[in-house]
Amino acid sequence: MDMQIALILGQDGIINGAIYALLALSILLVFTVTRVLLIPQGEFVAFGALTMATLQAGEPVKLVWLLVALAIAEAFSELMLMRRTAQGIRISSSLVLKLAYPLALAAALYHLNAATLPMLVQAFLTLLIIVPLGPQLYRLFFQPIANAPSLILLIVAIAVHVALVGIGLLAFGPGGASTTPFSEANFEFELLTLNSQTLWVVGTSVLLIVVLYVFFNRTIYGKALRAAAVNRTGARLMGISPVFAGKASFFLASLIGALSGILIAPITAIYFDSGFLISLKGFIGAIIGGLVSYPLAAVGAIIVGLLEAFSAFWASDYKDVIVFTLIIPFLLWRSLTSHHVEEEE
Amino acid sequence: MLKTLPTLALCSITALSLLSTSASAQIKVGVVASSTGPVASVGIPQKNTAALLPTTVAGLSVEYITLDDASDPTASVTAVKKLISEQKIDALIGPSGSPNAMGVIQFAAEAGVPMLAPVGTASVVLPMTEQKKWVFKTTQNDEIIADALIAHMVKNGVKTLAFIGTADPYGENWSKVVEALALKHGIKVVANEKYQRSDTSVTGQTLKIIGAKPDAVLIAAPGGPSVLPQAALVDKGYKGRFYQTHGAALQDFLKLGGKKVEGTILAASLMLVLDQVADSHPSKKVAADYVAAYEQKYGQKPATFGANVYDAGLLLAAAIPVAAGKAKPGTAEFRAALRDALESTKELVATQGVYNMTPADHCGFDERGRELITVKNGQWTLLP
Repeated sequence: MDMQIALILGQDGIINGAIYALLALSILLVFTVTRVLLIPQGEFVAFGALTMATLQAGEPVKLVWLLVALAIAEAFSELMLMRRTAQGIRISSSLVLKLAYPLALAAALYHLNAATLPMLVQAFLTLLIIVPLGPQLYRLFFQPIANAPSLILLIVAIAVHVALVGIGLLAFGPGGASTTPFSEANFEFELLTLNSQTLWVVGTSVLLIVVLYVFFNRTIYGKALRAAAVNRTGARLMGISPVFAGKASFFLASLIGALSGILIAPITAIYFDSGFLISLKGFIGAIIGGLVSYPLAAVGAIIVGLLEAFSAFWASDYKDVIVFTLIIPFLLWRSLTSHHVEEEE
Repeated sequence: MLKTLPTLALCSITALSLLSTSASAQIKVGVVASSTGPVASVGIPQKNTAALLPTTVAGLSVEYITLDDASDPTASVTAVKKLISEQKIDALIGPSGSPNAMGVIQFAAEAGVPMLAPVGTASVVLPMTEQKKWVFKTTQNDEIIADALIAHMVKNGVKTLAFIGTADPYGENWSKVVEALALKHGIKVVANEKYQRSDTSVTGQTLKIIGAKPDAVLIAAPGGPSVLPQAALVDKGYKGRFYQTHGAALQDFLKLGGKKVEGTILAASLMLVLDQVADSHPSKKVAADYVAAYEQKYGQKPATFGANVYDAGLLLAAAIPVAAGKAKPGTAEFRAALRDALESTKELVATQGVYNMTPADHCGFDERGRELITVKNGQWTLLP
């Protein structure tokens, strides 16, 4: 192994690590705020990548019907809830808006010729389709059981993951897809050719991490979310709605997931079931951070990416074994060094 | 009372429908296809093809019961057990994946049900054991495909070869076959790498391959993931020749690969280049009929994986009349007779090639079951 190979492997590891880092942050955020281990995080990645590819191919995006179905289910459960309370059924404007949004989006997609649009608009359309899924899933599946033990939340998360993978197969088919790169430029250095897509991935990840940092430290909503993560009961006493906190964290999770999907799609082919393994590696990053620390989780995710790249070179047979075995020493170290405080269940 | 009435009605309808199906079909064939899960690209055309199989053979009606195993080997075993105990099937077609088929063999053999496996790995029929006697395989053995590829390498002066395959039974078996054949023909295998079907990057492996400076690279992976190493090698500036296995023989390969797979050489059944094959090829008409029937029903061309199930249907259709002469369908004697009839299949022309089964060879393909194909201007082109 010489310097050049080490550099290329390092570059590869950092690209993957950057994506894992984003997912690790999002898994961590959702877990601390809602106690849900977001297994379906990977589906947002796969859906983001595949929706972008479908738009570029000029084919109809069938996934938008999932949005419509979830919106109808959401409206229905709101109405049921109102019927049970004394105030009776009232059609609120937010309810109408929630129903109108996916239908308007479906109509727009039907009339637009998405293949001819600039790439930035395609990416924005993809986000418009995928991101609302996050809050919708929270409203339908997690909000009604928000106070259940975390084991039940985990089981529901697995169920949602399995269902979404099946829906992905229906919506996108079994074939893989990749998208055209954001820009074709390559930068030649003495030892290394830097692909511009690399810069896009790393740049966007860093930018997103900075934006998240500012959001959590400088804005009132970010602080509210942080408060809910630190102590749910305390935050509730201070007037922070747990429903808002849950929906907001799921919104961020689907946003980060879909963005990661759009970023990674030009580099590799994504299949309807690719998301799980990608988010699992992000999850290992989050474990390294002890499921509490954001900077440690990001560092952990980068380590996973680098380890993956170098073990693929040295022992390609055992690449995944090496990466997933990493979790054991960290869990041991974590449980030996940290004091475990039992939170209210 | 009012509440029980619909339930009662439902029960009687179900009972009636059960009675009617068991009364009408004289022969039952179970089909297990992975139409969901990771192997869905293989399983969906197979499930679709099951609906095109002959429903009347030698005056006997044949019913096909299709179940999905979600690409999960445990679910395959459950599905097969269910088909055997509840439906009392006379034969089994499937499952779609190699690990799934390996897990099912034991149960098919114990129940004495002939099993036609449309899977890639030769391990389902080789080495022949007491249990594998019940298994027949409707895809080309890796050796037949590898023979053609290595012969092409020898002819074109390839001296050093790098191999990269998936870390699953498909890639493992190819790795073994290629090492052995290359040694025999004096080709040196300078790198042997593995990757996962779900990998998003193979940079490490490709760097190692480029470092070994091979004349050619052989990639063995089932389905779309076969493109990944080739694209990565082209991106890194590798200029040698690429060989692919019959695992890459699907339209997705061209769609995902684009310009990067131009000039790739692979050996596969004639399905890919049907209109370019000489009319004298025995399989041409059978394959064309299948493609036409599939297109008419589903509006798209079938992947070769579907043809493997179609061939299983043709093998059964040829064996059923022989077995029906010896025993009554639905009995263990009939199933045993069916197995014997399948084993003595001679010169059966099917979509993939011509089958000649023997007690030792339950695959039965010869060189008529493969064509050398290249990618030219983004299309599959027959190599002369």
